[in-house]
Amino acid sequence: MREIQAQQITDVVEKLCIEANQYLPADVQGAIRKCRACEDWEIAQGVLDKIITNFEIAENESVPICQDTGMACVFLEIGQDVHIVGGNLAEAVDEGVRRGYANGYLRKSVVKDPVRRGNTGDNTPAMLYTEIVPGEEIKVTVGPKGFGSENMSMIRMFKPSAGLQGIKDFILEVVESAGPNPCPPMVVGVGIGGTFDKCALLAKKALMRPVDSSNPDPYYADLEKEMLEKINELGIGPQGFGGKTTAIGLNIETMPTHIAGMPCAVNINCHVTRHKTEVI
Amino acid sequence: MEKHIQLPLTPEIAKSFHAGDSVYLTGTIYTSRDAGHKRMCEALARGEELPFDPKDATIYYVGPTPAKPGQVIGSAGPTTSGRMDAYAPTMMSVGARGMIGKGARLPEVVDAMKKYSGVYFGAIGGAGALLAKCIKKAELIAYEDLGAEALRKLYVEDMPLVVIIDSEGNNLYEEGKAAYLSAKKQ
Repeated sequence: MREIQAQQITDVVEKLCIEANQYLPADVQGAIRKCRACEDWEIAQGVLDKIITNFEIAENESVPICQDTGMACVFLEIGQDVHIVGGNLAEAVDEGVRRGYANGYLRKSVVKDPVRRGNTGDNTPAMLYTEIVPGEEIKVTVGPKGFGSENMSMIRMFKPSAGLQGIKDFILEVVESAGPNPCPPMVVGVGIGGTFDKCALLAKKALMRPVDSSNPDPYYADLEKEMLEKINELGIGPQGFGGKTTAIGLNIETMPTHIAGMPCAVNINCHVTRHKTEVI
Repeated sequence: MEKHIQLPLTPEIAKSFHAGDSVYLTGTIYTSRDAGHKRMCEALARGEELPFDPKDATIYYVGPTPAKPGQVIGSAGPTTSGRMDAYAPTMMSVGARGMIGKGARLPEVVDAMKKYSGVYFGAIGGAGALLAKCIKKAELIAYEDLGAEALRKLYVEDMPLVVIIDSEGNNLYEEGKAAYLSAKKQ
């Protein structure tokens, strides 16, 4: 049994909130540069150049890449041999978010009630997910999620008869209807299987995976490649001004599901797809 | 076509734009998102004045991050314009002409743009650090309680924009995609 202080979790969450918002992950930077090299449409080249300049400014000057510094999605993989001491876990995470968004000069974008609104003033609460895993470490991932793209996401409860074609059509439908709104080029996270709720979480987790990685199952790795190609034939282009680069990456995550169902969730993210991880 | 424009946005300037034009704006603009627009439209409905003179004004749909010490403003890229669609025709009816944002607009907004010679500019969504560079002055003028959504008066220099919808209703989102797809077919 290893003891970890709640304060340590607060410190790591604070740091990751700031860093994730200032430094675009290397995989996302690489994917954008690769797409710029392959883009042959003039207006699209100009937009991608500005997007690259933007994340370089953010990194060099330690300022947020985007003004929508998001809701703080926090994923904790907690080793089963860890004992958290000195405080309440959820409060420790929220305190980290509170400090990160204050000390990092990040925007507070959370309202306390979905209908009656009213800003919480400190970007809490975090969207917290915990998973118990083997070991005696805690893996902390912070993925700030903007809502220009979140608002364009969808889930559909397919019947199994819809088959693979149903899923392919749905992914294209979501991207097409998102159009220019989610700040393309997008990153597309797809969840297939589970229950209604688990399926949506799979799609979000797909966005946390490096954008240049592939699903370990060759069947889904091929589907990722095929759907990314199809999306980049839609012509939406960077910012929706037209061009090849509509998406820089597409990740699929799956899990078993019920004999009667085939849920599919598509979580859209923008070119500022942020995630940062640290192990305690 | 590349154009350098000095604000305010008169009807003559507005009508000279075509969807797809690259425009660099210099002058005073105002920031507002949905919560601010809602208040402004409620104020107009009560017969009250707006916190700024709307004549020929340009409104930037943005909620910036807080300025770090020494900064004029934090990161300041556009938010999704569709959330302002319910209010934009009212704003144009009292003289506001330019809108800066990103994403699609409803036909009602385009109709109002044709009627009042409005222009919808796109700033690059997600390029908040880059766009902050052209903002030289920022002053809070109303609705401070809305935080990032408060009304601000900005002075911008050579703000890089693209005309998405012009005053005749031509739309870059439609034309740009169609031009790309037709070029690919050939």
